Amino acid sequence: MSLTPQLVLFEEDHRRIVEVAERLVRDANAKAIFLVDKNGQLVADAGELKGIDTTSLASLVAGNIAATGGLAKILGEEEFPIHFHQGERYNLHITLVAQRIILVVIFDERSSLGLVRLRVKKAGQRLAEIFEQVFKKAEAEFDEEGLGAPFAEISEQDIDNLFSD
Amino acid sequence: MAFINYSAREINCKLVYYGAGLCGKTTNLKFIYNRIAESAKGKMISLATESERTLFFDFLPLSLGEIRGYKTRFHLYTVPGQVFYDASRKLILKGVDGVVFVADSQEERFEANLESFDNLVDNLREQGSDLERIPCVLQYNKRDLPNAMPVPELRASLNPDGKMSDFEASAATGKGVFETLKALAKLVLLDLRRGGK
Repeated sequence: MSLTPQLVLFEEDHRRIVEVAERLVRDANAKAIFLVDKNGQLVADAGELKGIDTTSLASLVAGNIAATGGLAKILGEEEFPIHFHQGERYNLHITLVAQRIILVVIFDERSSLGLVRLRVKKAGQRLAEIFEQVFKKAEAEFDEEGLGAPFAEISEQDIDNLFSD
Repeated sequence: MAFINYSAREINCKLVYYGAGLCGKTTNLKFIYNRIAESAKGKMISLATESERTLFFDFLPLSLGEIRGYKTRFHLYTVPGQVFYDASRKLILKGVDGVVFVADSQEERFEANLESFDNLVDNLREQGSDLERIPCVLQYNKRDLPNAMPVPELRASLNPDGKMSDFEASAATGKGVFETLKALAKLVLLDLRRGGK
């Protein structure tokens, strides 16, 4: 296992990702879509987000994927790339995109598992292409002299100020 | 590793509290959760057994303010300390930006501390990393207990060359908890400045 490189998301890429997510919400009749880094960081979201604690959701989804990934390895599988959780009102459809990103679709009776699977397949391919480019860009960024402004200029004073109260 | 979102102007970092079973990792997070301003924290999640032992992890998101126009968010995790939960510890350690190693100062937990520290080194190595690359601070917890070993003895075993910053703490009362967190957050952000190299 090698160390995963830093994830750096630029505005242009973020916009493209959100566009695909918003389209998926419409095409799949979903309630909401989340894209979460395997480390538990929320990358993008779309749809009806009111009342959803997105930070907790991201961390738990990543924990879930990590645990089932561990189970898969015990059984000699590389990964379980598709997960489905059925609830009374809401259902969760979870897939892996570009090995590092988790695509979560929340849907209710307005949609169906079949439709979600169909739409996720297409959107997943599009997202995978975008994320591959994002990862390449991030790697290139780190091949050079670390991060550019404003991070290269962070001073100890800046950090002390964070904890000043 | 840290997630930098230029679009949302956010820096997200993952900090993990590591250490032997019952050393006080969850207690550290609970103290932080209880003391930090409402606006700076999210919900704390504990995936624990019925007897309140950590089963998978505790999670506490903190939003500490801005640095140069970027919101800094820290995601604090604890690992389950009990030896047989090693598979879970490996998962939680993935993508870590900084580690607090919590040592239990009690004499009878001395061996457990060493075992857990070796386990941390092994698990970092498995993901292609080590303590040279991942910022780590040490916390000697439970200093208030009568059977606490002298700090120089603990240091001699866990931090012999003094490379890591170390702090005395009593997580139950909160002593040393924020000092530890601040020290690690600082190292992680300075590390970011260097581009994680």
